[in-house]
Amino acid sequence: MDVRKVAKLAHLEISDDEVVMYTPQMADIVKYIEQLNELETDQVEPMLGGLTREGAATESIREDVVAGSLGQNAALAEAPSAVAGHFQVPKVL
Amino acid sequence: MAAAERLNPQLNSFLSIEHEHALRQALAVEERGDTPLGGMAVAIKDNICTKGMRTSCGSHILHNYRAQYDATAIERLNNAGAVMIGKTNMDEFAMGSSNESSAFGIVRNPWDVTRVPGGSSGGSAVAVASGVVRASLGSETGGSVRQPAALCGIVGLKPTYGRISRYGLVAFASSLDNIGIFGRTASDVADVLGVVAGHDPHDSTSADVAVPDYKFSLGADVAGKTIGVPRALFGEGLDADVRESVETAIENFRSLGAEIVDVELPHARYGIAVYYIIATAEASSNLARYDGARYGFRADDAPGLREMYFKTREAGFGPEVKRRIMLGTYVLSSGYYDAYYSKAQKVRNLVKMDYEQAFTACDAILTPTSPSTAFKIGERSDDPLAMYLSDIYTVSANLAGVPAISVPCGLSDNGLPIGLQLVGNFWSEDVLLNLASAYETAFPLGADPAVFVG
Repeated sequence: MDVRKVAKLAHLEISDDEVVMYTPQMADIVKYIEQLNELETDQVEPMLGGLTREGAATESIREDVVAGSLGQNAALAEAPSAVAGHFQVPKVL
Repeated sequence: MAAAERLNPQLNSFLSIEHEHALRQALAVEERGDTPLGGMAVAIKDNICTKGMRTSCGSHILHNYRAQYDATAIERLNNAGAVMIGKTNMDEFAMGSSNESSAFGIVRNPWDVTRVPGGSSGGSAVAVASGVVRASLGSETGGSVRQPAALCGIVGLKPTYGRISRYGLVAFASSLDNIGIFGRTASDVADVLGVVAGHDPHDSTSADVAVPDYKFSLGADVAGKTIGVPRALFGEGLDADVRESVETAIENFRSLGAEIVDVELPHARYGIAVYYIIATAEASSNLARYDGARYGFRADDAPGLREMYFKTREAGFGPEVKRRIMLGTYVLSSGYYDAYYSKAQKVRNLVKMDYEQAFTACDAILTPTSPSTAFKIGERSDDPLAMYLSDIYTVSANLAGVPAISVPCGLSDNGLPIGLQLVGNFWSEDVLLNLASAYETAFPLGADPAVFVG
């Protein structure tokens, strides 16, 4: 695994020291998970989500009516930087 | 509260102790009179949202985050008259089996403070084991309640997926995550479960299934119950004293009138591999939200938005979280998806089908909870794969979605607690609580930790 490339895909800026630490660890883990290849699974359906039969049968659609929401103040309350009702971030371009 | 403060410098199980809140709640409960939990003191893992209070997930990236709403489980505890005294330490984003990956220091096991309490809900387990509270909430993705319960000598329940609403539980791996419950006894766990369980429109994965009165499950009678034992799993990697203690527990259950039968779970040994594909894939997606824009920590040395994301995540996450995000990104990346993620979903189905088959022949399946007793602090922290293997007996219940409980069943030669695990069929928490309560009544541990409120 090219750890630096994967880190970039994951939006992680990792250091050279971290590359040295992670590379063998990730190789070990990937080798371990590849033991699944011992199993023949062509005829097996994938298990999607984690739902039980009862969970899947539970109605999760509600009437389309206006309900209370968090509100702007609470939504912005934890922002590192908020200005005039907006999240403020460094320049995009 | 005084006990929490007195013990915390030594054990570090609490990240915050909420005086004013607890006092207010206690007075309100007193005023209300009769409530289901009657002022029971509880502690809450720091990845469950509590309005206006810090909810850090054990991570630097949320070190200053205050939740803006209560999780459904918290709302229900409040309504039932619980008094929350604080938020508990945990492995960062619930990723770990020793509580050593917390950004806010390790938690110590009250039975031996040179050892880990287990994880990831180590703080919640220690809060109960040290006698500070009778019950606490933790969370489970692969064993994070049952394993620390075993290592700390208390009861820990992971309910059926969908039994307790996840609304307000910070997401790690959504198809595996559950809120779980610690108690000193099965009865404490039953009291809390009865209050927090049940359908919640805020969580579309919570199921509309009737919640029984768990009080009626408690008691000593297990006659007529059938317990399955998957002997093939009692092999490699299982410590001798854990094996011996669990073998004794099987005989003890027989003496209580349970019938013991052999069962097979042929795919359980692939559980860890499946888990570390599915859990990390879901985590890489769920943890994408921590980017410094809307809440929590932001690196302040970034000239542009993209640099802000990279620098915030680099400085905000610890090594175990980064490892898992990267592994999840890798298994989902173009060209690898079928080989890893899709394969894992198929094997996950095989694991579930094993359980469905086994439960045609028994009411519960008995195994050790953890292959070892509490290990020394630092012993496994450089070897992530060895740490992952601590979850060998617990992960498959999360993959299948079935409930499971850990119950103390003995002490090792060096005086550390050992836990047995009972896994039940979907929605059979009542059966698990019945077996657990019968066992602890007939065969109590009969010892307290070295650090204990008394």
